[in-house]
Amino acid sequence: MKSRYLRLYVYMKAIIDFIIVEKQSFQRAALLKLKSATQLPEIAGGQFANVRVDGCDKAYLRRPISIHDVDYHNNTIDLLIQEKHEGTKKLCALPVGAKLNVVLPLGNGFTMPEKDDNILLVGGGIGIAPLLYFAKTIRKDARPCVSTGVHFLLGGRTQDDLMLLDRFRNEGDVFITTNDGSMGEKGFVTEHSLWNTKKINKIYACGPMPMMKAVAKVAREKGIWCEVSLENQMACGIGACLCCVENTKEGNLCVCKEGPVFNIERLLW
Amino acid sequence: MVKTEIKLKGLTLKNPVMTASGTFGYGEEYADFVDLSELGGIIVKGTTLHHREGNPYPRMAETPMGMLNCVGLQNKGVDYFIETIYPRIRHYDTNVIVNVSGSNIDDYVAAAAKIDALDDVPAIELNVSCPNVKQGGMAFGVTCSGIEQVTKAVREVYHKHLMVKLSPNVTNIAEIALAAEAAGADSVSLINTLLGMAIDAETRKPVLSMVTGGLSGACVKPVALRMVWQVSKAVKIPVIGLGGISSATDAIEFLLAGASAIQIGTANFIDPAISGKVAKGIVEYCEKHGVEDVNELVGGLIL
Repeated sequence: MKSRYLRLYVYMKAIIDFIIVEKQSFQRAALLKLKSATQLPEIAGGQFANVRVDGCDKAYLRRPISIHDVDYHNNTIDLLIQEKHEGTKKLCALPVGAKLNVVLPLGNGFTMPEKDDNILLVGGGIGIAPLLYFAKTIRKDARPCVSTGVHFLLGGRTQDDLMLLDRFRNEGDVFITTNDGSMGEKGFVTEHSLWNTKKINKIYACGPMPMMKAVAKVAREKGIWCEVSLENQMACGIGACLCCVENTKEGNLCVCKEGPVFNIERLLW
Repeated sequence: MVKTEIKLKGLTLKNPVMTASGTFGYGEEYADFVDLSELGGIIVKGTTLHHREGNPYPRMAETPMGMLNCVGLQNKGVDYFIETIYPRIRHYDTNVIVNVSGSNIDDYVAAAAKIDALDDVPAIELNVSCPNVKQGGMAFGVTCSGIEQVTKAVREVYHKHLMVKLSPNVTNIAEIALAAEAAGADSVSLINTLLGMAIDAETRKPVLSMVTGGLSGACVKPVALRMVWQVSKAVKIPVIGLGGISSATDAIEFLLAGASAIQIGTANFIDPAISGKVAKGIVEYCEKHGVEDVNELVGGLIL
């Protein structure tokens, strides 16, 4: 623990050559633990990494991936990557020992809750990834931790989509929905019974667009403060190319630089 | 010690490496990755007289070794640039060059005249080749009369280095370059993006919101190299080469083809530190090959 307090804080973005030191494969995803030989910069929950895909002619651009966990002591980060197209398939197929060139940390993370907030972290599919590290930063934050604890509401199509649940259970109470009812309550996250029983005043959501829109709708109806993390298609990841824009109340904003986390009050949906 | 300085009319670059408009923001976005003082210049995002929201999302499609974009010149207008951005970036230890675009000649002229008054902007790059705006942009850049008109009009109000960025979407780019030269351009930069298209076979819909977009990235390099070679043989003014440059070797190839300086564009997205690496790599190439002055390489192609 001592070294944690002696650590020099680095707030710059960095390009780091990581080495994959651990790997866990899932049906259509992989968890990669990446180790850096140099000190990691400070990373906020909800920020992302832009990962270069080497040796894949269908992936010219980097792939933006949520940061799932960070260990400053060992200089490692965890990325939970879903196989979508050729680029992410290539990343998920990388073996332990492979090098991975990563730009991080990018974008703005979730806003830290206040002491008395009753918070709910809602994740759908691979969108569960950034919520773990965000929950950890809430607990480790210098301010008093959220008194009522962290509640996760995680949704998937089937139980296969819900990975690494033990990790989430270490950080808070976990509630689950699946579309087919194979785990937790059957239905969408917005249909879970906790909405009627739990007192919530802040929602943080990450997942597929229809899920986040549904969560935003619930939040609006109930008058709950809500942040969502978008994943518009990006080219540069640092606010230069203006490709990943979301049309907001303030006009077109880069999701990579102004987001990926937005308060729903800024959005048009 | 290799001499890397490139002298253009009214514009001295400490080395031939600049960053291409629309790929480097205002330089600030890259300050964590590149020492901006190690670059010959940065060409900031396309600036128009009035605020432009740009085109709807989706604006990007990845292609083999490249990408298409239809951003559509999203920017907050020249007054915002002058009031808000210029004060932040004017003291960079490199040339800050503004890319100026418009949808009619009056707009080009008005924006250029405003930039002319900025002490710390030694040059503009006239963008007559953006393929992503319905009116103007590329319309001026694809005919000799169009490029002549807009260049001439801007030349009258702009007194510093006037670089004109050429479109590759023409039959004979050398003729277009000659027209820009005759109208008073101090240099030409090429190529802007190649007009392209992407279709999603599953949905049968175009990938881009504007259906077509501009192709850039490593895949366009052979086309760009050929055009730089053709243009440099035709005109007397300096040629600035760009299009797919991703390494120092690529940059050297453009110099050999006749470019006096180069710009790095889409490669900035893949490696945000690439511009500094290319600047260093050019020096290493010169040392290795006994080249004392980078200018010796310009047009050094052996046929």
